[in-house]
Amino acid sequence: MPGRDRRELAAIFAGGVVGALMRVALVQTHAGAAPGWPWVTFAENILGTFLLGYFATRLQERLPLSAYRRPLLGTGFCGAFTTFSTMQLEQLTMIDAHRYGLAVAYASSSVIAGYASVHLATLYVRRARTVT
Amino acid sequence: MSVPVWIAVGLLGGIGALGRFLVDGIVAARGGRDFPLGTLVVNVSGSALLGLLVGLGFKGDKLLLAGTATLGSYTTFSTWMLETQRLVEDGELGLAAANVLVSLGVGLGAVALGRWIGAHL
Repeated sequence: MPGRDRRELAAIFAGGVVGALMRVALVQTHAGAAPGWPWVTFAENILGTFLLGYFATRLQERLPLSAYRRPLLGTGFCGAFTTFSTMQLEQLTMIDAHRYGLAVAYASSSVIAGYASVHLATLYVRRARTVT
Repeated sequence: MSVPVWIAVGLLGGIGALGRFLVDGIVAARGGRDFPLGTLVVNVSGSALLGLLVGLGFKGDKLLLAGTATLGSYTTFSTWMLETQRLVEDGELGLAAANVLVSLGVGLGAVALGRWIGAHL
């Protein structure tokens, strides 16, 4: 395997380790804090998505190309800190309990807030670029 | 949570992230570049596997390690949203809407099907 690829894989692994540890730490310390609405997953997904929007835009459009920053911060950390499968399982649990409105509200607010956070992070990075 | 469990969470989280990168790369290389099919395949397959674990009766540390740590890292919300927002920026509103709706619909179906299969194995 070429050296650049191996460094890229190591960066993704390292970011994934930190992202998963932070996500699980938040889950463990806030388990059952607010029954009904999965605040931990929701907050992690929105925060991680804002950070990915920031990193992706900044690394792609502002900083010189780097072999390992995007894999470390984007694919590794933000990818592992946020999660799709847990969100879907939480929705299924809501449907089990016949709380259909809650399931729809959870899915749609996650998408709306996630989309808005990428949008705002992107605008923030681009605005900073035009000022400097 | 004990120290060995924390260490396992970190290592499995790293492995989940690598698995996502590899599967995404394989799918994206075959599926073209217009639609973020790689992330969709990752998220749907990870949701099906998480459902399977729950259906098989995984609980406690087993579910934490195989589900929350590994599959939680393997699947991703942030990349899905970034790719959706970039599709909108490129004027591909139909593809962006399809990316949201197909992921949610097929992902939910996958976790339900996985759980059903696990419960009947």
